Amino acid sequence: MEVLESGLGELFQKPDVWGFREWVHKHKDKTLTSKLMTEQEAVAKFVKDGDYLGTELYGTVRAPMSLTREVIRQGKKHLKLAGQGIHEIDLLLAADLVDTLDITYIAWEVYGISSILRRAVESGRVKTADWSNGAITWRFKAAAMGIPFIPTLSMLGTDTLKNSSAKVVKCPFTGQKVALLPALFLDVGLIHVHRGDKYGNCQIDGISGFAFELARASKKLIVSAEEIIDTEEIKKYPEHTIIPFFLVDAVVHAPYGSHPGEMCYNYWRDEGHLMNFLEDSKDIVKTKAYMDKYVYGPKNHDDYIKLVGIDRLKKLESMIGGR
Amino acid sequence: MADYNETEFLICVASRLMQDRTIAFVGTGIPMLAASLAKKMHAPELVVAFEFGGLGASLDKLPLGVGDSRTFHKALIASGICDAMETAQRGFIEYGFLGGAQIDMYGNLNTTVIGKYWPPKVRLPGSGGANDVASHCWKTIAIMRQHDTKRFVKKLDFLTTPGYLTGPGTREEAGLPPNTGPYRVVSNLGVMGYDDKSKRMMLLATNPGITKEQVVQNSEFEMLVADKIAVNPEPSAQELKILREHVDPDKLYI
Repeated sequence: MEVLESGLGELFQKPDVWGFREWVHKHKDKTLTSKLMTEQEAVAKFVKDGDYLGTELYGTVRAPMSLTREVIRQGKKHLKLAGQGIHEIDLLLAADLVDTLDITYIAWEVYGISSILRRAVESGRVKTADWSNGAITWRFKAAAMGIPFIPTLSMLGTDTLKNSSAKVVKCPFTGQKVALLPALFLDVGLIHVHRGDKYGNCQIDGISGFAFELARASKKLIVSAEEIIDTEEIKKYPEHTIIPFFLVDAVVHAPYGSHPGEMCYNYWRDEGHLMNFLEDSKDIVKTKAYMDKYVYGPKNHDDYIKLVGIDRLKKLESMIGGR
Repeated sequence: MADYNETEFLICVASRLMQDRTIAFVGTGIPMLAASLAKKMHAPELVVAFEFGGLGASLDKLPLGVGDSRTFHKALIASGICDAMETAQRGFIEYGFLGGAQIDMYGNLNTTVIGKYWPPKVRLPGSGGANDVASHCWKTIAIMRQHDTKRFVKKLDFLTTPGYLTGPGTREEAGLPPNTGPYRVVSNLGVMGYDDKSKRMMLLATNPGITKEQVVQNSEFEMLVADKIAVNPEPSAQELKILREHVDPDKLYI
């Protein structure tokens, strides 16, 4: 296949299909063993410096915040990230733990651009490659399929493609131009779900974003769950199970694990908290104060919950819409 | 004359472009409000698509983002990004609504950087779903809240999202689907379309009190002007009532 154009962006994580197969063959445990552990244990055991990390979420919704805060507390550094999020990436960038970003969209939607992202990238501290939202998800999909690349008709003709590591080729079947996206195999995936069992069988309510793909594209997968339930309950509704246990390395019970973000059907977004954070994030000193108070201050997620206050969290529960 | 602000007018103009019994891909902000207003006015069967997988939501409550629970409240389906984007890539989605920091005369958009790519002078959010939406939807409509020479530019700092690229035929040459591309631009000064032959942006209608000269002067590139310029009707009392009382009663956006 003739390569017609090559994106000039750096390929931060080379697709290693055989390496991924060997890894999961060797490491993924198919025995029914409880993987329940704390955030501290999960992050200490499965995240290391230099890892390529992926978080699954929709903006601030169903974001693995308790896991992210723990990654920062443990100071895992020189991380590579795929950015389709916001608050969790802002925190990791503010903690100066990130070297590279495969970025599709990092901003606060209607509230505007991220001051922390601006400081990190404009100063040259963090290297970037750009992708569309579809493209980065299809990169996970390719990894989930166990193949080295996937064709798409997105990104063609644009600087987005030029600053990614996609390639344009002539389709051997139709002769048309297609963009090839390299599979994105993650060292570690972090996902927050509505419920799971102690083995790691997990269910998500509502839209599923890119949970299905990211879970399958991860060498090591840490899930946190609002609720831990019996396997028998999970098995009553297998059609709701999006992650089977054999994909999972650690299960963390994290009620309000997406706070200050939303968890659909469970609790609404904490607008007050986020508005304060957004204001603080404009200033380096105030950003540090926020980090000290909400990330480094609490020893663990239980501490964080106490700090935020159960009354406040109950109020967010009462604000979430029903079906 | 009804009393209304610029944002309300933009929402009404964008809303009138939404057609019943079509699918529209929308993002946060004005497109969301416009879609909600359209569903309550003239397009009850409009299917609204959000990139994280909410398709066909009621929009009875205004979402704060493209993935919150309101994007799939009483929806047709709650799926995921792949399904949403692939539905567009398969040719199912008529309209895509976008925004940007800069737009050029071919309707290409920049939401990535100001200055060079890296390290940039200003790092903007990035494509998000915009590149996918503009690549695959049949017609794209850009909403530009501020029409001035810094935003309607001769040359983008970065071409994030494809319009007609560098002119007629160039989308197809790049491999993008035939017969797709920019359709309208809604700004605070008026509504633009594209000249059939040259694919260059052309003023079609001004907002009340705005002259075509103002639109031309506030565009850095040479704005074409249609032979006959319409005037966008002001928001009707009914549009304003629905917008204020039902679309955004909590005043999140307006």
